[in-house]
Amino acid sequence: MTDRTTIDRTSHLELEHHEKTFLDSNELIINMGPQHPATHGVLRVILKLDGEKVLGTECVIGYLHRGVEKIAEHRTYTMFNPYVDRMDYVAAVSNGLGYCEAVEKLLNVEAPRRAQYIRVVLTELNRLASHMLWLGTHALDIGAITPLFYTFRDREEILKIFEKYCGARLTTHAFRIGGCSYETYDGFEREVKKFLDFVTPKIDEYEELLTTNRIWVERTKDVGKISAKECIALGVTGPVLRASGVKWDLRKAQPYAAYPDFDFEIPVGQNGDTYDRYIVRMQEMRQSLRIIDQAIGKIPDGPIMAKIPKVMKPPVGEIYHSIEAPKGELGYFIVSDGSTQPYRVRVRPPSFVNLQALDMMVRGALVADVIAVIGTLDIVLGEVDR
Amino acid sequence: MISRLKGQHGSGIREANTYLGQKYVVADSSLIPELLQVLRDQEHFDYCVDITAVHYPDREKQFEVVWILYSFPRNERIRVKASYAEVESVPSAVPIWPTANWLEREVFDMFGIRFEGHPDLKRILLPDGWKGHPLRKDYGIIQQDQEWVQINLGIESGQ
Repeated sequence: MTDRTTIDRTSHLELEHHEKTFLDSNELIINMGPQHPATHGVLRVILKLDGEKVLGTECVIGYLHRGVEKIAEHRTYTMFNPYVDRMDYVAAVSNGLGYCEAVEKLLNVEAPRRAQYIRVVLTELNRLASHMLWLGTHALDIGAITPLFYTFRDREEILKIFEKYCGARLTTHAFRIGGCSYETYDGFEREVKKFLDFVTPKIDEYEELLTTNRIWVERTKDVGKISAKECIALGVTGPVLRASGVKWDLRKAQPYAAYPDFDFEIPVGQNGDTYDRYIVRMQEMRQSLRIIDQAIGKIPDGPIMAKIPKVMKPPVGEIYHSIEAPKGELGYFIVSDGSTQPYRVRVRPPSFVNLQALDMMVRGALVADVIAVIGTLDIVLGEVDR
Repeated sequence: MISRLKGQHGSGIREANTYLGQKYVVADSSLIPELLQVLRDQEHFDYCVDITAVHYPDREKQFEVVWILYSFPRNERIRVKASYAEVESVPSAVPIWPTANWLEREVFDMFGIRFEGHPDLKRILLPDGWKGHPLRKDYGIIQQDQEWVQINLGIESGQ
């Protein structure tokens, strides 16, 4: 096993040659992963260390590469839809929303209002689920075990709603090009409302455990700092960008679906450290609840599917459409040649681009901080590797 | 903005248009380094969203490289496109937007397009020794580097 990974993937990091005494000759290179619980999947990070201090890193990725973009070229637009769920598998609903909206734009159709409201409710529920999973695992990495049990317990309620809606818990395939393929089930509104009442105090409960917890604060404050300027230069988006003080959210900047109808804030941080990113995500969860609360009460009546042809042949042309996924800007660039299959589908994955900032964020920090920073970037390797 | 660009660069800009409300510019490949720099410095496209490519095997210049840019101050997107032949290399955008580093590596990995001036151009998703560039149209969907699979995975075929 070890041979296989070292044959092809050698690092560019080499020890710099300079005069050393026996005391400072402890520079060493360590492999973290690919099988490591704190890398949230199969990520391999090569660390160059001086004792506990990180001198540099290199990420080795691609272990989960399945060639999603290649597959797209050999499937029809409809057939490719379920594949997008398997990229960011903890936020499958968001992936589906981005893809469906991109193809709809290419076809020049719009989903009916009712479908758009259902889409917003499910996507925001998914954002909550994604943030809950992030919080549980991130806290676990840093050493707090209890939040994991709490968040997984509460995320279960969201997955139950998904399961009742479309039969699947994770790879939901909830939306179709042109709308939603399923009508909401009886009691959908009631159950979502019940869930809102159930989960609101739970988020306070997570915050009680962590926000002022001295160990948590010590482990996250001033760790993995990144400034707004660096974020923009490195293309980092999502909560990481907002925690650095940039008030930018695609739901507001370039609204899509039914988002203009709802009132919500964009939480921002100031320091761009791990603690601020935690605070931003916690507030985002509350804002998601606010959006769901507004949407669920007034889902309009009407059809859930727009009139779209059975055989989809979008006119020749190309489109780039992006949405605010839980992890950042998720974009689809689709080129149509007028046939039933896309000529090219490019996915702009937020996790992939955000992971690139890891090196900058951990240089000069301690090894233990690398774990905290990987957690706070909230990456999903299924999306990094596609 | 488009007319300003056209005024400055004249015939280097072959097409500047909108499709479905999205702006795009098709430029001569020779103009690309200058155009990208101008777009960031003077037109404030400070965020490079994505760099990707499309393979058109029937064209004389097979690869169309696409830069998707976004401007925070203007809340606006633009796509810049240019065509390159297989032997040509594309100027790297890493000095302009550091985020281009991994994006260009992925384009190189998937299409075999070389980026001139990239600090560390090597494969990113596929293993270093892999032969072939999967997103080219002549690469079959079940095609693989049989030799690599046999040596490194110790199995007959990955299929």
